Amino acid sequence: MHELSLCQAILEHVEARAGERAVCRVHVRIGYLRQVVPDSLLFSWEMLTESSDLAGCELVVEHVPAVVHCVACAVDTTLDWPVLACARCESHDVELRSGDELELAWIDVAEEVG
Amino acid sequence: MGRFHRHPDGTEHDHDHDHDDHDHRDVGDHSGYVETGVARIAVLESILSENDRVAAANQADLLSHGVRSINLMSSPGAGKTALLKRTLVTLADELRIGVLEGDIATSLDADELGGLGAEISLVNTSAGFGGECHLDAVMVRSGLGRLPLDRLDLLLIENVGNLVCPAEFNVGEDRKAMVYAVTEGEEKPLKYPVMFRAADVVVVNKIDLLPHLDFDIDRFYANLKGVNPDATVIPLSARTGDGVADWCEWLRRAAVHR
Repeated sequence: MHELSLCQAILEHVEARAGERAVCRVHVRIGYLRQVVPDSLLFSWEMLTESSDLAGCELVVEHVPAVVHCVACAVDTTLDWPVLACARCESHDVELRSGDELELAWIDVAEEVG
Repeated sequence: MGRFHRHPDGTEHDHDHDHDDHDHRDVGDHSGYVETGVARIAVLESILSENDRVAAANQADLLSHGVRSINLMSSPGAGKTALLKRTLVTLADELRIGVLEGDIATSLDADELGGLGAEISLVNTSAGFGGECHLDAVMVRSGLGRLPLDRLDLLLIENVGNLVCPAEFNVGEDRKAMVYAVTEGEEKPLKYPVMFRAADVVVVNKIDLLPHLDFDIDRFYANLKGVNPDATVIPLSARTGDGVADWCEWLRRAAVHR
C-alpha cells in the first residue's frame, strides 16, 4: 500500500507549487512497469485531501504504456507483460522508451482575478 | 468515494459529483485544453523527487564516511534475517558491519541479530497509517543518525518484508539485493517485476529444500532473465550455509568497489 506514500508526496509537491491558489485538478503519469494500483491511489488521494484545502481536487491518472526500442530490428513495440523483449522479433536487446514514469505532470489552479 | 471512470485516451479518475445535470463530454480530454479561469502549472517532476533528494543526502553521508551500503529486500519469510545472521558470523573479523533494521512494529529481528558484532539501528515504520510497508529515505536518514558511521565499512539495510513497495523507494544505497526463496514459485519475477528489475543481485535461498519441491529452477531463471537480464544470481541456503560464501564474496567486492 505505498499508494498512500505516493499521494503524500504528490500532496507536498502540489502544496509547494500552488501556494495560496485553489487547486482544481492534479495530473499524474504512471508507467506500466510501476506497480501502482489506480483505485488505491484515488482512494488514498480522497482520504488525504477530504479534510484539507484540497477537498474536491480531482486526481487524474494517465497510464503510460511500456514501449521498447529493439536494437536488432529497430522497431518500437508496446509491452503487454513485464518481460523486456521486442514484440516483433522477441530479442531481449531492447531499450526502454517509456513505461517507467512516476511523474507529476501538471496542476490546474484557479486563475487569480485582476 | 467519487465516481471512478476511464476516458478513451486512457486517463482515469473519479468525480465527487453526479452526472445528472450535465453530459460528461463537457469535461472531455483533460490534457487537450484548460477551461476558462484555470491556469495550468507544468511540473514534470518525479513524484518521489523529495525522497530521491534525501536518498542522495544519505548516500553522500555514507560515502563521506567510506561506508558502502546494500538495500536488502524480499517477501516476508524469504530468509533475509537468517541470511544476515550467517553473513555477520562469516564477515565479523573482516568488515565492520552496521545493520539498519526496518520493521513495522517489533524489534524481533533486531534482537535476533544482536551479539554478532554488528552495530544495529532499528527503524520501526509504524508511524504512518498503521505501519508503512517499506523503508523510505527519510526513515533511513533517522536510522543513520543512530549508527557510528565513521566506524563502519558496510551497511546492510534490511527492508520491510514486501515484494512490491520497497522497490519503489531509493534510500541512498549503493546496491539493491533481493532474497528470493525457491518456495515462492517460478513465476514471481513476472508477478513482481519492479522488485526483480531493481535488484543488482538476486539471492536464491532455501536451495536445501529443492529435493522436496516441484520447483523448476530453470523456468525461474528464464523468468528472471526476461525481467532483469543483468542481475547477478547467487543460489544458497541460509539454513545449511551452502553457497553463503559466494554471497559474502559479492558483499566483499561491494564493500570495496563502486
